[in-house]
Amino acid sequence: MAKVREQPAAEKVSPLAARLKEEFDGAVIDDSPNGIVLAADRLVDVAAYLRETPDLDYNHLSGVTSVDYDEYFEIVYHFNSLKKQGEPVILKVRTDKENPLVPSLTPTWPGAAFQEREIWDLMGIRFEGHPNHRRLVLWEGFEGHPLRKDWREPYFEADSKPFSSRWPEGQHIQVEERTPLGRNVQYPEGWDPDEWEPVDEMADFVERMEAKLGENGDSLKTQKVVVNMGPQHPSTHGVFRMKLVLDGEIVIGLEPVFGYMHRSHEKIAERNLWVQNIPFCGRLDYISTISNAFPYVLAVEKLLGTTPPERARYLRVMVAELARILNHFISIGFLFNDLGAYFTPVQYCLEEREFIMDWFEMISGSRMMGNYYRFGGVTRDVSPEAMRFAETLVRERIPRAIDEIDRFLSENEIFLSRSVGVGVLSLEDAIKFSTTGPVMRASGLPYDIRKADPYSIYDRFKFDIVTEPAGDVYARYLVRLREMRESAKILEQALEQIKEGPIQEGRKRWNQKVPAGESYGRVESPKGELGFYLVSDGGTNAYRYHVRSPCLINLTALEKMCVGQKVADVVVILGSIDIVLGEVDR
Amino acid sequence: MLGRGVLRGMHVTIKRLMDTYLEDLKYFPRRATEAAVETRQRPDVRGLKTIEYPFQKLEMFEGYRMLPFLIYDEDPEKPRCTACGMCARVCPPQCIWIESDKSPEGKNLRRPKSFTIDATICMSCGMCVEFCPSDAIKMDNDYEIGVHGREELIYSLDRLLKPVEYYAKIHPTEYAAQEEEKRKKAAAKAQKAAIKKKES
Repeated sequence: MAKVREQPAAEKVSPLAARLKEEFDGAVIDDSPNGIVLAADRLVDVAAYLRETPDLDYNHLSGVTSVDYDEYFEIVYHFNSLKKQGEPVILKVRTDKENPLVPSLTPTWPGAAFQEREIWDLMGIRFEGHPNHRRLVLWEGFEGHPLRKDWREPYFEADSKPFSSRWPEGQHIQVEERTPLGRNVQYPEGWDPDEWEPVDEMADFVERMEAKLGENGDSLKTQKVVVNMGPQHPSTHGVFRMKLVLDGEIVIGLEPVFGYMHRSHEKIAERNLWVQNIPFCGRLDYISTISNAFPYVLAVEKLLGTTPPERARYLRVMVAELARILNHFISIGFLFNDLGAYFTPVQYCLEEREFIMDWFEMISGSRMMGNYYRFGGVTRDVSPEAMRFAETLVRERIPRAIDEIDRFLSENEIFLSRSVGVGVLSLEDAIKFSTTGPVMRASGLPYDIRKADPYSIYDRFKFDIVTEPAGDVYARYLVRLREMRESAKILEQALEQIKEGPIQEGRKRWNQKVPAGESYGRVESPKGELGFYLVSDGGTNAYRYHVRSPCLINLTALEKMCVGQKVADVVVILGSIDIVLGEVDR
Repeated sequence: MLGRGVLRGMHVTIKRLMDTYLEDLKYFPRRATEAAVETRQRPDVRGLKTIEYPFQKLEMFEGYRMLPFLIYDEDPEKPRCTACGMCARVCPPQCIWIESDKSPEGKNLRRPKSFTIDATICMSCGMCVEFCPSDAIKMDNDYEIGVHGREELIYSLDRLLKPVEYYAKIHPTEYAAQEEEKRKKAAAKAQKAAIKKKES
């Protein structure tokens, strides 16, 4: 696997790397188009320099991930400049395999908190100075770190698909029969379940919170209560759990707990053939399912060097924008469920969604699991009949429905009193906590990847970036509502411009080989920046496949938004972030 | 005025209620007519769009996919499948098992001896159909597949095989296009053969 590192010769030193070399003596180890490799002990300084130098202004830590190479682990950081916009700057740090340890960015960049915990959990790299250094999605007693290349799951068959047992002498066997215990678990050697004592998680939490709230938590002489909210709470939008510390009815501390829907999407994807990952992408964000594969195919196309034909590009954008409208309808509808407007608004919203789903079913064959994108194209062409359906939707039905929702809800006094000034996230915090999407735009920053780093054909459409200055629940509601109008605008233009033509560039191959290299594809998904970081070693499956999940990273700001609010508002604030657990836990 | 927003919202709900009942009145006294069901699938429908499943069923779109099935042309003993194993290899959850049939001498007969699809794993993605080189596997549109035990969800060859007429019925446009292409190919082949004959 060492050949992964071989990069094309004749690399130019990027201007930024040259500057860093000048500023920080000996900090830059290597420089390539795939990123600047830094000495681990200088990372915090360099990151601060990137943020504080006015003409660089890389103040948004978009993503943190890691790769397991033969000789070392590599941690990859993506920094955005929100002012300059454009492509992210990639910094990398390497650490040895025996004792992987790197300095944590969390104290200065709180947006990295969950992502660093995720890396510790799945890759086993420790972060020095992380304030809450625990596993993120797996339980504390879990043996091993799954994303390491030498880790194998209980049902392990082979390192990559296709599994040879299926053909030509394949006999059907149920998966459970493969494991000796008949269960999907594996225990460390010599482990005895009778003698095992689980960690007292709540006591641990209380201790941590006491340490944290020590200075300012004692203003009132009331007894603080620790409340577990979820994972089976109907308003947590899935299996999500929050540990709350309450002072009366006021939240003074909050910690989200993840992992109830963790299925190691990334490990599965590294076993899969490249093309097999596309249907799996639909299982990430299961509201706007069909457009999840968009950044993935963009990232793979970057490596392959193909461009899809015109018609396919328009179809991709149409699908993505309809998925955005669909997602925002659901988001607004369920926000009102959380508020107690039980099921009337959401019923109206779901009805509109149903028609969009009908269109998806027409073009792709499935309401939710569309599996529509392909490398260099899309699966099926859209019939003239389906096109007429889309026109009726975009020109008549959707604008009418948005107006109706606006009239129905936007001025409702009960809603206003529950949402205005609730869960305020200042712009400074929004950037600090690495939020993206409607959450950031509702804090007043017009940052949209469709404009900041245009992908596909978004530079051809006229639309506005919707922002609201307030940063509260109501602002996030308004941003989503207006964004639907902008999406409808894009769709109208797309319907005018789309022409007949081929929908697939080149031949589709089941065993597509992807040239060695690294790429990062990102799109403005309905929830924020959805990015796929891929490393290929030139084979038929991904060497590393990482999903930058906007839902998980937006949740980093949850505690900030909730502290000081009433416990009933926590539900509303969570609803306004618009999370989907399939994408949070992966 | 306080309460104006709420009243405006109420107006929307009342209008919706009226729309729904007025729409229903069109089909008085029986709402469950075919015409009513058809209307409810169109995007210009007013009011709430519900039907009374399982007494009424919406018509499935042609491209709808549920589980794969295998096609035979005339004889169920001779399916189109050549047991090449392409579908088993491209299947993302690897839910297809193929055992190729061999003659007593060990020669590959290019047909499946057994073909198993584990519907408990199948994710209905349609990749097998997309990459099948001999148009042998297609997606069914029967979505009522509930059973009482999980063993019944293991589909073996005899349950998977369906005649080509069934395929033509559920995917008429796709079938017509494929037949057209086949005809063209055969015609081109015949033409080539004729030219070759003339030359020789």
